[in-house]
Amino acid sequence: AQCFEFPLPCYSSPISFSFINHLVDFSYVGIDAILEQMRRKAMKQGFELNIMVVGQSGLGKSTLMNTLFKSKVSRKSVLATSQEKIPKTIEIKSISHDIEEKGVRMKLTVIDTPGFGDQINNENCWQPIMKFINDQYEAYLQEEININRKKRIPDSRVHCCIYFIPPTGHCLRPLDVEFMKRLSKVVNIVPVIAKADTLTLEERDFFKKKIREELRSNGIDVYPQKEFDEDAEDRMINEKIREMIPFAVVGSDQEYQVNGRRLLGRKTKWGTIEVENIAHCEFAYLRDLLIRTHMQNIKDITSSIHYEMYRVRRLNESNTAVTQANGIPEHHLSAHEM
Amino acid sequence: LKLSEWNIARVAMEDSELDPQSSSDEHDSCSASPNQARHPDGQGQDHPHTPSYLRPPVAGRAQSDSGSEPSLTQSKCVEFDLPSPVSPSRPKSPWSLFDPYDNNEDQDKEYVGFATLPNQVHRKSVKKGFDFTLMVAGESGLGKSTLVNSLFLTDLYKDRKLLNAEERITQTVEITKHTVDIEEKGVKLKLTIVDTPGFGDAIDNTECWKSVADYIDQQFEQYFRDESGLNRKNIQDNRVHCCLYFISPFGHGLRPLDVEFMKALHEKVNIVPVLAKADTLTPTEVQKKKIKIREEIEQYGIKIYQFPDCDSDEDEEFKQQDLELKESIPFAVIGSNTVVEAKGKRVRGRLYPWGIVEVENSAHCDFVKLRNMLVRTHMQDLKDVTRETHYENYRAQCIQSMTRMVVKERNRNKLTRESGTDFPIPMGPAVSESETEKLIREKDEEVQHANHEQESHHDQEHEAPHNSEHSEPDQEKH
Repeated sequence: AQCFEFPLPCYSSPISFSFINHLVDFSYVGIDAILEQMRRKAMKQGFELNIMVVGQSGLGKSTLMNTLFKSKVSRKSVLATSQEKIPKTIEIKSISHDIEEKGVRMKLTVIDTPGFGDQINNENCWQPIMKFINDQYEAYLQEEININRKKRIPDSRVHCCIYFIPPTGHCLRPLDVEFMKRLSKVVNIVPVIAKADTLTLEERDFFKKKIREELRSNGIDVYPQKEFDEDAEDRMINEKIREMIPFAVVGSDQEYQVNGRRLLGRKTKWGTIEVENIAHCEFAYLRDLLIRTHMQNIKDITSSIHYEMYRVRRLNESNTAVTQANGIPEHHLSAHEM
Repeated sequence: LKLSEWNIARVAMEDSELDPQSSSDEHDSCSASPNQARHPDGQGQDHPHTPSYLRPPVAGRAQSDSGSEPSLTQSKCVEFDLPSPVSPSRPKSPWSLFDPYDNNEDQDKEYVGFATLPNQVHRKSVKKGFDFTLMVAGESGLGKSTLVNSLFLTDLYKDRKLLNAEERITQTVEITKHTVDIEEKGVKLKLTIVDTPGFGDAIDNTECWKSVADYIDQQFEQYFRDESGLNRKNIQDNRVHCCLYFISPFGHGLRPLDVEFMKALHEKVNIVPVLAKADTLTPTEVQKKKIKIREEIEQYGIKIYQFPDCDSDEDEEFKQQDLELKESIPFAVIGSNTVVEAKGKRVRGRLYPWGIVEVENSAHCDFVKLRNMLVRTHMQDLKDVTRETHYENYRAQCIQSMTRMVVKERNRNKLTRESGTDFPIPMGPAVSESETEKLIREKDEEVQHANHEQESHHDQEHEAPHNSEHSEPDQEKH
């Protein structure tokens, strides 16, 4: 008998595989444990999400944000006064909050655009918004090409832009078309029908169909964009969503008693509208799409498609400018491949 | 080794053992129906984790969240069933895959729902798969190939031809790559093993690590190009994430070649030293050698891969394990591709007249520790350190040297030109400051320090290269 001087270690910690067991595992290396490693890392780091809301004043943008995240995350909630004044020009206001749920931490930034569409002459009112979005891409690019880069580049890029369509019941307005046409090229747009409690179900269906037609005929690709479906599985799920958008939403941060439960809703003389009830409105669909299932995908599309397009454009611009002006032999720059 | 067959057999067993709580990446589906059926609540509708747009529509009737109807059929959800990578036989940990909202008390609470984010991220990674590049280095005959085969249960070196002494005289250090795709429980790993045959085998081994260092640099450079390029869609990451360096058990600690190699590479790659063929040593000898080697590593200032410290909120077991890991360096390993019978059990090991060495017995060697560390607990960290430290250092150096080159070139060009108007300033409205200009501007001070005699009279011009007003009068001065 040999004499072993090592104490028998105990491997019963959650991560490692127990070998006290007599079952010697001949074919299990354990590479699936990498998922847990990634998860730990993600949990530690936390997530970032930047959502922009665009639409005329009074369409319930701030309320919807509060409803989505079940807390006062919107610009209105941090306003000292309850007086709402329409600004003379479009402003871009960012509010960030750290929220946490079940150990997952998220830095949520809501970017509001008061003044959009509220002026008499709304020509080019999308420009400040486009500039803001591009500025965020630029900031990220600058960080990325920096020599001493941060370990984790702070991500202020707009992941998703929720566009509020007023519930006219007829069709999109020229402003809606112009805005979405331009912005859908640089950011993920999620159109929603605001204050949908003024539409009956039939009116809602008609309106949605009309909107979808108009989006199609104007070549506007809203999220989830067909060309970015990765595989059959994605396509199947996303097709379902594409048949339902734009979601008709109602927001509320007030709770009422319904059937013994406290629910978010709007109380009227003819009934109480339950915000999270899919028979009443499609808020729950929006929430599930944005938060529970497609949040990561929205961020991925932003970083791997919209941002990359911006980057390519910028690199091409600076490349031609630099080589023309500098007279530097091409091969010096090719190493950096700009 | 038929991994796939074995997994299939196992899965049948797993389903029956499934804990109703351990559903997997369920958030795009009503997860596998058997789970749902066993759920005490019994209802498939209105659970926080089932996305509403995937539930079959119920027209007209108002439903409230105080779920009353069990009428919702679950069959309609099954089409969205996604493969489940969870391993139910593993003891449940706070981090194992599960639906964060799938317990009774949570059904009534008001959740936003973003705790599914880690699952969303991981679902994407499962689809994409992972990659890992491991380098093995050390003299021939230290059991590198066998260890690699044992670690990953593959046979990468099947058709290898071993050279004899004569052939080895003319051999230079090669770098060979073997790639193998491993899949386990739905997770795909593209494993690349980089081998260094010929290392340390010649009579004169001066600078034999050079080709190894060059290889590592080449991978960094390739990645740098790809990352800076225009099309970044499918960048392949061939950077070496970890280097197992095999130390011979026959010496008295580190040999000069070991020290030289590790010092040449410790700032390029994560080095994990390994005490090879540990079955030639008794436990006491192993302990003594480990201590000696650790001392020498410290003494020579070799920076081997450091295990990250535990968070203060980890459980005691984890901390204990982490401590043991740190004290096991270098890992005393034994490898084997053969299975022998010991006391009625089949074990992977080496059969000697005096007994059987079991590779996976932690009392015999540190193989299990090494494998767990490499694959099951620290693979992500090894990749992170490679990415955030080694690669970033390389990149920074690379940019600096490029900038110096560019600046020198510009100086050379300027000296030969006559006119004063060709100072390069891209002033188009679309470009406020190009990347090269910015890099040049940023690094100019450093370059100036380095080449002060050459640069001193160019200083004024370089300070504000993008401002055309300054350059003209300066040019005149010059």
